Amino acid sequence: MDTKTAHTAIEADGLTKHYGESIAVGGISFLINQGSITGLLGGNGAGKTTTIGMIMGLITPTSGSVKVLGADMARERYRSLHRMNFESPYVDLPHRLTVRQNLTVFGLLYGVVEIANRVAQLAADLELNEFLDRQAGKLSAGQKTRVALAKSLINEPDILVLDEPTASLDPDTADWIRGHLEHYRSSRGATILLASHNMLEVERLCDRVIMMKRGAIVDDDAPEHLISRYGRQSLEEVFLDVARGRREPASEGVK
Amino acid sequence: MSLHSPAFSFRRIGAMVLRHWYLLRSSWPRLFELMYWPAVQMFMWGFLQLGITQQSGMLVAATSTFLAAFLLWDVLFRGQLGYSMSFLEEMWARNLPNLMISPLRPVEFVVSLMIMSVIRLSVGFLPVTVLAIWFFGFNLWALGIGLAAFFANLFFTGWAVGMFCSGLVLRNGMGAEGLTWSLMFILLPLTCVYYPVTTLPVWLQAIAWSLPPTAVFEGMRALVINHVFRADLMLWALGLNALWLAAGATSFVVLLRGAREAGSMISVGE
Repeated sequence: MDTKTAHTAIEADGLTKHYGESIAVGGISFLINQGSITGLLGGNGAGKTTTIGMIMGLITPTSGSVKVLGADMARERYRSLHRMNFESPYVDLPHRLTVRQNLTVFGLLYGVVEIANRVAQLAADLELNEFLDRQAGKLSAGQKTRVALAKSLINEPDILVLDEPTASLDPDTADWIRGHLEHYRSSRGATILLASHNMLEVERLCDRVIMMKRGAIVDDDAPEHLISRYGRQSLEEVFLDVARGRREPASEGVK
Repeated sequence: MSLHSPAFSFRRIGAMVLRHWYLLRSSWPRLFELMYWPAVQMFMWGFLQLGITQQSGMLVAATSTFLAAFLLWDVLFRGQLGYSMSFLEEMWARNLPNLMISPLRPVEFVVSLMIMSVIRLSVGFLPVTVLAIWFFGFNLWALGIGLAAFFANLFFTGWAVGMFCSGLVLRNGMGAEGLTWSLMFILLPLTCVYYPVTTLPVWLQAIAWSLPPTAVFEGMRALVINHVFRADLMLWALGLNALWLAAGATSFVVLLRGAREAGSMISVGE
């Protein structure tokens, strides 16, 4: 194993997805280092969800490849899936199962040892105890997000993929979730890939931002460098520049 | 943290069975539904049989073929439905992506659905067989060892059709859900549930014999009417079921692959 591979968590190489004539993702390549938090930004239809789907092995690429922890996700996904997890507000947990039952089932699926202890630990960390024996479908949006996050951490994943983890949350709960993600990364050395429309969140959490538009990567840099290169005050302004094609960056673009 | 992920795990199968057991336990309408239709149909066929006997004086009641046929048809139909319903619960709950990005292998998922179909059928079917004894004096369990062969073959066919239906829903989304409910009914006239195969036109008999349940229902009539267990029919059904299960598993794998190519698993739901 060379040095590059040893430190690479996710490697996309010419990753392409066509749906008939439509190009959802058009031959993108990138490396994500272990222990980093990377933001995947782009407007609707930019190809973020399709890219995440291919990283998780839910979608087969038309061409190219994506490797996670060295495993090609189209052909050998089961080498890595037990070391990964995923959370999205668009994917639910079974509503009629209690939070404890849901976490127990996923603990079993991920081969977690001493599940009851792990559930208790997550309940303490994410403040779930108050509703641990309540049905998941009867929770508030903020509680559901915390439970979904608990599910995504049940196996203490090395790679955590999050699709809009704080969508529709109040600022306080969203801030609390971000704090927990920062803590998880620093304590575990985990790699986090985050798709978000919240630019403040991305600025706060991410070491690096990959900006996508119409299935292509249009920029890729640290948030502060992007802001500086585009001559803007915030990442949101950079996002609008890219999304609306208003201006080119001051210096070279894609690294 | 999970350090490794074996290629086949009874623990993961157990996790899925536990997930559906929690669901059944938490929902009385689901439990009620498991018993409701079998009970309604058992009464309908039981009283029909009683009426014919009283009017014609035939020995229909003695043969009890209607009730036995209905109960075995229900094993076939509910076996498939139990499999498919557990799968559909994942779609309705929008939980499928969580499962597909977990270490759960497709074969483990399929085995867990098979186990759930047995559990679901048992919950609904056992009380109905007791009701049949109570109301009509018909004891299905008196058929003895033959019953095990009938049940096994009917479950195998139900699972084969269930695998095909769930693959269709995976690939095509909830628009294909209706087939889950209706596909099995094409077998109702062709497998000769309530009449002998010889009732069919000769050209249709060949098709009927290519369907595993036909041999089961013929075997049931031989056992109930002539008190003869037709092992040859059961072996024929078993051989056909091996082909049907292979076809069902292949279709599921192909449709699952198609779902990954079409990206349809990322946006499941109602």
